[in-house]
Amino acid sequence: MRRLVVIAIPYLWLIALFLIPFVIVLKIALSDTALAIPPYMPQFDISAGWQGIRDFFSQLDFENFVFLTTDDLYWKAYLSSVQIAAISTFCTLLIGFPIAYGMARAPEEWRPTLMMLVILPFWTSFLIRVYAWVGILSNEGVLNQFLMALGLIDSPLQILNTPTAVYIGITYTYLPFMILPIYAALERLDGALLEAAEDLGCSRLTAFWLITVPLARNGIIAGCFLVFIPAVGEFVIPSLLGGSRTLMIGKVLWEEFFSNRDWPVASAVAVILLLILVIPIALFQRNEQKQREAEE
Amino acid sequence: MPQTVFAPWDDPNEKPLIRFQNVTKRFGDFTAIDDISLDIYTREFFALLGPSGCGKTTLMRMLAGFETPTEGTILLSGQDIAPVPPNKRAVNMMFQSYALFPHLSVWENIAFGLKREGKDKGTIETRVAEMLKLTRLEKFKHRKPHQISGGQRQRVALARSLAKAPKLLLLDEPLGALDRKLREETQFELMDIQEKTGTTFVIVTHDQEEAMTVASRVAVMDEGKLMQVATPDRIYETPNSVYVADFIGDVNIFEGRAHQTGDKVQMIWADGQPPLSCTTSKNFSLDQKCWLAIRPEKIAISAERPQAANTVRGKVIDIAYLGNISTYHVALPSGQMIKAQAANTRRIERRTFTWEDEVWLSWTDTAGVLLDR
Repeated sequence: MRRLVVIAIPYLWLIALFLIPFVIVLKIALSDTALAIPPYMPQFDISAGWQGIRDFFSQLDFENFVFLTTDDLYWKAYLSSVQIAAISTFCTLLIGFPIAYGMARAPEEWRPTLMMLVILPFWTSFLIRVYAWVGILSNEGVLNQFLMALGLIDSPLQILNTPTAVYIGITYTYLPFMILPIYAALERLDGALLEAAEDLGCSRLTAFWLITVPLARNGIIAGCFLVFIPAVGEFVIPSLLGGSRTLMIGKVLWEEFFSNRDWPVASAVAVILLLILVIPIALFQRNEQKQREAEE
Repeated sequence: MPQTVFAPWDDPNEKPLIRFQNVTKRFGDFTAIDDISLDIYTREFFALLGPSGCGKTTLMRMLAGFETPTEGTILLSGQDIAPVPPNKRAVNMMFQSYALFPHLSVWENIAFGLKREGKDKGTIETRVAEMLKLTRLEKFKHRKPHQISGGQRQRVALARSLAKAPKLLLLDEPLGALDRKLREETQFELMDIQEKTGTTFVIVTHDQEEAMTVASRVAVMDEGKLMQVATPDRIYETPNSVYVADFIGDVNIFEGRAHQTGDKVQMIWADGQPPLSCTTSKNFSLDQKCWLAIRPEKIAISAERPQAANTVRGKVIDIAYLGNISTYHVALPSGQMIKAQAANTRRIERRTFTWEDEVWLSWTDTAGVLLDR
């Protein structure tokens, strides 16, 4: 009985905070938009009895999903979101891995301090940190003034309101999510393994590729997921740094909800976004599971 | 058929495989290795024995290339190895933690070093199969290290370090993680493999029994210095210092002053007690401070005063029953506690002595070793 309770708690949590909200969003996605409060039809009316429930379900359809395919704005937005997220994830990995490696190799008494420095930015509001980048990257910003003062450029570089600014913003914001899991993996790495690899004829570099990287693999994968998933749906960073030309699905979603007040289409966009993220991850994890089972 | 004894260290024409020449290693202010000179010969099974922190591991890591001497040189087959990095040395090491690569299978672990040498596939496969057979691991070659037992892991580590057929194999506390029974079996297995492959083994251990069992010669170390380098039986029977005598096995130490005539020494050791007599090849000046070391099994215990070169009287305080033998802790009138061992040839209920009995301890004049330090 106690075991059942222990198991039930996380399931109830998932049902209440994940499954039920998802079902609600899905239901809205299958509804039609209406001038009402809330702005969609049909509404579930239990008082109409059995007939009411039948009417309710008969009014649900996939119209909004079909609509998404008619306008190329949507699939372009999805594609560009995935692309921006993928490039940004790669950048965070490129910057995060050396930082995590350096932290894991640092003397033990320094490590808590270094860890603190990685987490420290979280103590400032996310919004303020992204705004700070506007100040740095704008034409009159710190970066351009600095480069012009050095004489490296004559006229300011247009960085703000370009995809580059979005890459910078996402990479900066999500870097700790990449560093921490990789650091956790590297910190556990037994130094004797690298000595053993060297003893068996590896140079330092081959030992790094053959031992360190494979053993940090799980940390790298976790870090990539932690960065990629929220980055795909990112809304604040592209709207503050990317300007109007940067197309990301988070922005499209926002506009459908708040500018167009078209909740059903916005919900359909959200459901597709979820599928785009969940399906590859589920496939990946099943593959991992199979590999693990093959080893047992 | 007369068998030649393996003792290259007694042959002045023999060239050592490894030669330490006045090697010193310092870490900051701490001297880990203090001016050590030592020769190790081909096909030897050489044990470095000492308490933790005595520098034995540092000495081994210098051979592997993970540390460089602060002073002095290390020669491997006459070549100074200081400039050679670890991955270019014909030396392999078996790590204390085994350091098996957790993401690779047993087969891949053993093949790791061979692949780095760029050997072709056929050669690698033959060699790995050979190693798997030698260490009886054929059945486990597809397993990952976490899927096999501690003893099997130990054998994988051994196979991996032997795969490249090194001139010299270093073993850092190789059996430390195994339980006692498995450790004893593995000791004989190690000796067997060492003999089959003809590789020179240098083993680091803090377990004196292990060193005595496997090694052709043992070096006893303390605080970065070599205390004694000799065959196990010489280390046990003729230790050169109180430290070595005390570190290897059980020993009783009597402290006194020497009165030498020829090779006989009378040692004055306690007021009102007859001097202890013993023989020695060393020279002691009159009244020189000296120590007599006697192993418990060389002391006889009896109820009546026996006819012997040395007899002392005492009272049984404690008896440690070990099955085949018993160790009696006997208190002398001076308060000193002496251990004497006797084989349990009779059933325990018919034991001659028990607690609080007055007994005589006796030994011959050649039973002990007289030490000057």
